[in-house]
Amino acid sequence: MLSASDLDTLLLTLKLASLATLIMLLIGTPLAWWLSRTQSAWKGVINAIVALPLVLPPTVLGFYLLLALGPHGAIGQLTRWLGIGGLPFTFAGLVLASVLYSLPFVVQPLQTAFAAIDQRWLDTAATLRASRLDSFFSVILPLAKHGFLSASVLGFAHTVGEFGVVLMVGGNIPDQTRVVSVQIYNHVEALEYGQAHGLAAVLLVFSFSVLLVLYSVNHKRWDGLR
Amino acid sequence: MMRCQFQVDYGSFQLALDLSLPNRGVTVLFGDSGSGKTSLLRCIAGLQTAQSAHLEINGKLWQDSDQGVFLPPHHRPLGYVFQQANLFPHLTVAENIQFGIKRLDKSTAKANLDELIALLGIKDLLNRLPDKLSGGEQQRVAIARALALNPEILLMDEPLAALDFKRKQEILPYLQNLQQRLEIPVLYVTHSLQEMLQLANHIVLMNQGKVEAFGSLAQVLSRIDLPLAKQREACSVWHTVLSAHDAEYQLSEVSFNGGHLHLPSLNAELGSAVRVQIYARDVSICLEKPQASSILNVLPAIIEQISDADGGQTVVQLRVGDQALLAHITSKSKQLLGLIEGMAVYVQIKGSSVLNG
Repeated sequence: MLSASDLDTLLLTLKLASLATLIMLLIGTPLAWWLSRTQSAWKGVINAIVALPLVLPPTVLGFYLLLALGPHGAIGQLTRWLGIGGLPFTFAGLVLASVLYSLPFVVQPLQTAFAAIDQRWLDTAATLRASRLDSFFSVILPLAKHGFLSASVLGFAHTVGEFGVVLMVGGNIPDQTRVVSVQIYNHVEALEYGQAHGLAAVLLVFSFSVLLVLYSVNHKRWDGLR
Repeated sequence: MMRCQFQVDYGSFQLALDLSLPNRGVTVLFGDSGSGKTSLLRCIAGLQTAQSAHLEINGKLWQDSDQGVFLPPHHRPLGYVFQQANLFPHLTVAENIQFGIKRLDKSTAKANLDELIALLGIKDLLNRLPDKLSGGEQQRVAIARALALNPEILLMDEPLAALDFKRKQEILPYLQNLQQRLEIPVLYVTHSLQEMLQLANHIVLMNQGKVEAFGSLAQVLSRIDLPLAKQREACSVWHTVLSAHDAEYQLSEVSFNGGHLHLPSLNAELGSAVRVQIYARDVSICLEKPQASSILNVLPAIIEQISDADGGQTVVQLRVGDQALLAHITSKSKQLLGLIEGMAVYVQIKGSSVLNG
């Protein structure tokens, strides 16, 4: 039912979402920890910046990114200077855009999970000879594992579902930037409703399963967490 | 000796103290909430910063604000038992106990884990997760987890406060057992008089961030210049030795330097230490030895100090052999008997209770 090119777009989407989620977890974990513990005046500003993609139309974010990544933009000049070349309309550009666009979906569940972890766990770990970094990996991460699950699933799913930013920054290049959401648009434009149906159904089932897993797991929280 | 000097200022609350504490035995930090007991423990553990500090334990400097010394909490060789057991919920009991052991310096001598597990009665719990344990069981595991580190000092912050009466009674014998076996100093925070009487060797009375009194349990309890001596619960604690059983009358006799007491039959071996609590309100004073009285315990005593309290009451501090004794009598009785300091009298002890064994 799915054509070879449809399968290619699915694989590309999977690759994009996995890579973006990994990067978001790496950036989002320290950022969310800092946001959950800091009393700095910058907290509000950083929170607002991270949450911006939640309210901004994807085309606006995409537009600014396109400018920044382009030959005259700051990031564009940097990447050229580094010898990486231009990022617009490349897979790497798409990953960068996805990370920025979906970051709030990773940071916010992590921040909530971290904020729920009482200081007493850190105190206890410290009196049991664990350094701060050690405590983070041996106590905080396990206690926040539901937060990590939510963050990964939401970040991944949201990257799979993006459309506007992809069109602005990545365009529609087969095997490079043509992801599922764009391919569905192509099918509909070409009046290939049958093929659009196939891909749309895949995304629908995927999204529903993801949310179902998320809500069932969160339902069975430990009492010990709070 | 360990010396701790701390000065902390949180605006609304100040802590300022300088204490030299003994190297063995249980020192109870006693006081109302907000008196700074928990803050002191947190300062010693390095969990809380102090504006000025000097902390020396076993001849090792842990903290000194003038020299810029601050040993981070995870490098301080201590054990800490919190009010809540704080067992990590994602680890089993055994893994919780191993958590600290795995992180110990190679040079630290190993604690005898098997003995510890037996002492706290947690052998059957080792493979369980913390949320499957009762509050008392959790706290026993927390104590084992702290002691498994073979610490140089044990800090206990109201370890029984979160437990109901039944659980408290279940855990106290374990604590008394530890009190007699441990060779390290224990700092024990509580606001429960009963826990203090049962566990303390020494006490530090704290009030609004300052030390009000410090000394051995018996010594501080008998000080009539302290508010404690004027309260209804005022009492003396005698350290005695079980010297005889009287099967016929179901009595036991305990002895101290200078006399003995008769108590309801005790289930313990001759020669064992018995801690006896005598309420000041259960002690009466006679000028001559009563010839016919139903009260068994009549002892010669010397009046050391007299102090008037509110409500027509007078507090009398006496010496019976080598033990100090408080008596609450009415001011009128004091007047009628003409009691003065240095007088030889007899005390009748109407009731006493045993705090251990």
